[in-house]
Amino acid sequence: MSMASVESYVTEDGRTIGGVVMELKNITLRFGGVVAIKDISFDIREGEIRAIIGPNGAGKSSMLNVISGFYTPTEGEVWFEGKRRPQMRPYQVAQQGIARTFQNIALFAGMSTLDNIMTGRITRMKSGLFSQALWMGKAEREETEHREAVEKIIDFLEIQHIRKTPVGRLPYGLQKRVELGRALAAEPRLLLLDEPMAGMNVEEKEDMSRFILDVNDEFGTTIVLIEHDMGVVMDLSDRVVVMDYGKKIGDGPPAEVRNNKEVIDAYLGVSHD
Amino acid sequence: MAPHGTSADELCSVPALLARNVQLYGDKPAYREKEFGIWQCWTWAQANEEIRSIALGLLALGIERGEYVAIIGRNRPAHYWSMVAAQMCGAIPVPLYQDAVAEEMAYVLDHCGARFVVCGDQEQVDKVIEVQDRIHHIEHVLYNDKRGMRKYDHTHLNWLADIEAEGRAARTRLEPELEARIAELTWDSTCVMLYTSGTTGKPKGVVLSNRNIIETAKASVAFDHLGQDEEVLAYLPMAWVGDFIFSIGQAMVAGFCVNCPESPETMMTDLREIGPTYFFAPPRIFETMLTNVMIRMEDAGDLKHAMFKHFMEFAKTTGETYGMPRYRNKQSKPTLRRRVRWAYRYAMGIGFAVETIVENAVRGFFVRLRHPIEARKYFKARGPLLNLYPQPLRDYFNYRTGDVLIYGPLKNTLGLSRIRVAYTAGEAIGPEIFDFYRSLGINLKQLYGQTEASVFITQQPDGQVRSDTVGVPSPGVEVRIAENGEVFYRSPGTFVEYYKNAESTASTKDPEGWVATGDAGFFEEGTGHLRIIDRAKDVGKMADGRLFAPKYVENKLKFYPDILEAVVFGAGRDRCTAFINIDLTAVGNWAERNNIAYASYQELAGHPRVLDTIQAHVEEVNRSVAADPMLSGCQIHRFLILHKELDADDGELTRTRKVRRNIIAEKFGDLVTALYDGSDSIYTETEVTYEDGRKGSIRATLQIRDAKVVETRQAGQVAA
Repeated sequence: MSMASVESYVTEDGRTIGGVVMELKNITLRFGGVVAIKDISFDIREGEIRAIIGPNGAGKSSMLNVISGFYTPTEGEVWFEGKRRPQMRPYQVAQQGIARTFQNIALFAGMSTLDNIMTGRITRMKSGLFSQALWMGKAEREETEHREAVEKIIDFLEIQHIRKTPVGRLPYGLQKRVELGRALAAEPRLLLLDEPMAGMNVEEKEDMSRFILDVNDEFGTTIVLIEHDMGVVMDLSDRVVVMDYGKKIGDGPPAEVRNNKEVIDAYLGVSHD
Repeated sequence: MAPHGTSADELCSVPALLARNVQLYGDKPAYREKEFGIWQCWTWAQANEEIRSIALGLLALGIERGEYVAIIGRNRPAHYWSMVAAQMCGAIPVPLYQDAVAEEMAYVLDHCGARFVVCGDQEQVDKVIEVQDRIHHIEHVLYNDKRGMRKYDHTHLNWLADIEAEGRAARTRLEPELEARIAELTWDSTCVMLYTSGTTGKPKGVVLSNRNIIETAKASVAFDHLGQDEEVLAYLPMAWVGDFIFSIGQAMVAGFCVNCPESPETMMTDLREIGPTYFFAPPRIFETMLTNVMIRMEDAGDLKHAMFKHFMEFAKTTGETYGMPRYRNKQSKPTLRRRVRWAYRYAMGIGFAVETIVENAVRGFFVRLRHPIEARKYFKARGPLLNLYPQPLRDYFNYRTGDVLIYGPLKNTLGLSRIRVAYTAGEAIGPEIFDFYRSLGINLKQLYGQTEASVFITQQPDGQVRSDTVGVPSPGVEVRIAENGEVFYRSPGTFVEYYKNAESTASTKDPEGWVATGDAGFFEEGTGHLRIIDRAKDVGKMADGRLFAPKYVENKLKFYPDILEAVVFGAGRDRCTAFINIDLTAVGNWAERNNIAYASYQELAGHPRVLDTIQAHVEEVNRSVAADPMLSGCQIHRFLILHKELDADDGELTRTRKVRRNIIAEKFGDLVTALYDGSDSIYTETEVTYEDGRKGSIRATLQIRDAKVVETRQAGQVAA
């Protein structure tokens, strides 16, 4: 498959993968003297599940932060939906339709599941402080609409039983699910998942994998995920980018990447001299 | 009682009752389901519309008279509607246990020969598709929840809503046919076929006619004065006869509203939101609720804890008298005049009480002033002010105070505030659990029933409720006890036959209509209440001829919150032994409090201190068993705590969570041997099935403990 081709194609399991949504061109990211990402280019197609893998410290999370607009690359360009993306504040990126979850859960521990997911709708709320406070007219209508959207997500993720529970009291696996719910609440076109399955047991991983596939399938959301569990990556993703020491050492469908010599070296370890 | 042909009011089928309800209660709620966080409601008229659309849709797919329609799913209005819709088309609904694995489902689907299967969601559809290549008669699979179904091959798979739409579109064409089919339904046509859970062997299809269901429902509605304004929560498996009687039979007859929970996990929250007035739960649910209450009370502050203890102690003796809900006299709507009268009475009552209290206080004050020493003595002896009133009145006031402070809030938390009638059945309930709920003022009663009897055989009338009996024969039911102690009954609800199983039908039901329950019991002298001891075939003899009643002992063990399940062995042997399953919630909580670290059920079960606790329980049971000369042989000499929880997925329990004694004895044969050969511990390996059907195995070394038994010398002679 040629990376540059724009035509859409249909995968084996019947999903349509469209043209390129985001293209990262020659991204380099430096923190002072440390080079986190070295001249990396790859693209993300519409409707696909794109995985980024690599050993610890390979620069995966930095890459995700570049995509999410949290970091601005030192060199290189980010193209989103055919336009070069200028330097942006994170909320501006969110308004563009990019949502993410975090490696270490970043929820509001004292708030209920419902409220946490509701915060994901914040970019879509239009009514002002005054009408919100008075709970009049537009604010009321708007809240009803948003609540409906949130309830659909709660139903989708099967977390009805914890709707009113403060998330601080929930087990880890469920918190991860709530975080996914909050990201979904923004109705993103591009969803970034930073290690969605870290620290989970097998059953929780299976659940999460199913939800990720369902999100992709039902809403047609493009997903970029970072994951350590190779089994999960190979099963879920359509294409994989492999990073090591800030460099891209492989890119392609899972089967292809699995047999890549450099990738095997990176994972099993060879002496770098 | 109408013998055959028709009922007194000409309403001899569920669709006919539905039509009546639409006329009488058209705009009253018939079904509710919580979805997207809101209780969605359908009135009788709307429900009728939905049901007819499904029925028309089924007709459009070519459903025939007399064929079977399997329904697999959790309690949702659409599933109940599908059942009624199938009846409208002259077909027979067959609800299946939704948590059954594909293999178990295959047997039932094959046996009933269903051409149509209505599934709840993707999970159920997957199971049906899995067995479809073996069972060729399945033609149409309908599903209710669309999620995840987009990629499936839809040639023989349909979304229920699409079928409804199709039905609506074909209304003019198919309406006459539907009317004709509804009119054909008679008192003797089959209403539903329910599969027994199969405690022994393969499940059997119990055929129940319209007469069985409707007459039983009518009798039981009258027995408990159930009205149109009742609220029930439908959360028990749809394949179980009880749910069919409560959520379809009685709901249709009385016209009350059936509420379906949002998901199985939210059942307790939904229960609280709905506040049912009529409630059914197996003892297990009541047990879990009580355990949760006790655990949470442990965490409560000192004041709350003290109040809880004080008032619960007080309610033990007074709850029965002062707590029970009063039956309303069926009166027309309160008029203004009547309201004024009530208000006047209340005002007078409060005025009188205030006056008395003030007067007593003033008098007391002056008495104390004038005779300080005598007054102090006097008040010390009589206690505070209320001691001026007679004991019953004081108890009443105390109970009302408790109601405001403890009972009311507690019932509200449990969702049982509005209960007028609650039933428990299926297993024996612990006397402490039973008394706890009754002392709170919840009218919890016991009933004894079977699928073959359309539930009701005996039930407890109000005012005659005890934890150790199952009540008097239900209206219209005759009960007799055979010589060997087995209970037989004959009633309007007695099933027609076992489907495709004339042999079993003949062995269970004699030509005069008497049905063997398979349970051994006796009528209590004086009260006429039935008491059940055990399964008739489980009541056996020990090697020396003494009576062996395992369930009796197991139930005594299970009454301890620490013990979830127990299996007692001893038939044909010289002494009894037992397997114990601990309750992970209760024991886990205890472990946390005592800083005992554990990672799994298995680890906790093997902890010496847990063994000590259980041993104490076993010895206590032994003492209580020894008190009954008939059963003193059943004392437990040795026991062990199993390394895994008994599970229906491993075939150790039935889907209704009854222990399958023989299968357990066979599967854990090495453990049974160890219980009798005197060894202290045993290494074992067991195969387990996970929820998704995969298999694995667990290994453990189990400790075996000896329990003290009470010697009874004459025991041998009594039973012989």
